[in-house]
Amino acid sequence: MSDPVSALNGAAFSGIATVEEAGLAGMITLRGDLGSKGLGAAVKAATGVDIPTANKVALSDEGGAAWMSPDELLLMVPYTEVEGKLAALTEALAGEHALAVNVSDARAVFRLSGDGARETLAKVCPVDLSAEAFVAGQFRRTRMAQVAAAFWLDEGGVFTIVCFRSVADYVFNLLSNAAHPHSKVGVY
Amino acid sequence: MLILECPYCGVKAEESELHAGGEAHLKRFGPGSSDAEFHDYLFMRKNPRGVHFERWRHINGCGKWFHAARCTTTLEVFGTYSAQTLEPPQAIRDAVSAKRPGWSWRDLK
Ligand SMILES: [Zn+2]
Repeated sequence: MSDPVSALNGAAFSGIATVEEAGLAGMITLRGDLGSKGLGAAVKAATGVDIPTANKVALSDEGGAAWMSPDELLLMVPYTEVEGKLAALTEALAGEHALAVNVSDARAVFRLSGDGARETLAKVCPVDLSAEAFVAGQFRRTRMAQVAAAFWLDEGGVFTIVCFRSVADYVFNLLSNAAHPHSKVGVY
Repeated sequence: MLILECPYCGVKAEESELHAGGEAHLKRFGPGSSDAEFHDYLFMRKNPRGVHFERWRHINGCGKWFHAARCTTTLEVFGTYSAQTLEPPQAIRDAVSAKRPGWSWRDLK
């Protein structure tokens, strides 16, 4: 067996915020009818959470589910369990108009924390990241400078950012630059 | 700056999060139509100064196509609406009429 590694091997940078590559994460893209009871039960079995409402993330200790579009979820599971979870999910969804795919190795994940986290993210995304507008549990797909990205904010004030693995280096450099110690704007 | 509210995810998306899809509500002329009809379908687009109906895609977001009614002169947005329609819903037409009485666009008034 080969030994899977994440895109940047846990690279980290600290400035007005701390940027860390989070390592390997199990991710399953699921498309289907989000109103279906069967799909809801399959998601619960795989992740331990109910299907989140629009633009929200539902988190459990081991993973969770993020609302990607009216017919798409991103399921987060432990990296080592993704194949088993996918098989169970596919079996549970037999007969439903749905599709689940393992996208774990197509993604990179970053954590962004610290006092300057909102400001760092706001520099590179066209999103209102003020404390009133962007609250814990919210999930947003958007553009991070020149690439697509998605992120959510957890109860601990930490942003988790998901992007394509092929642009992991770009996103890390982008966030590190936006978090440069001498770059504080103080807008939030 | 143009901001459109995506009717599928509800996000108020800034223009750079969107992809412009050109004129809305085109009627397709394919096999069986005349050369002139096919030519017009393929090439002839409205480029009005004022009320316009367009297709947009929330490309760096939920990924869905939708429609927008807006003013090309002022960037004022009258409303956005579902892609699953052949013409603007009455609520959108009313919103345009409230701001631009006497407007017309192709066969719409
Ligand atoms: Zn959208």
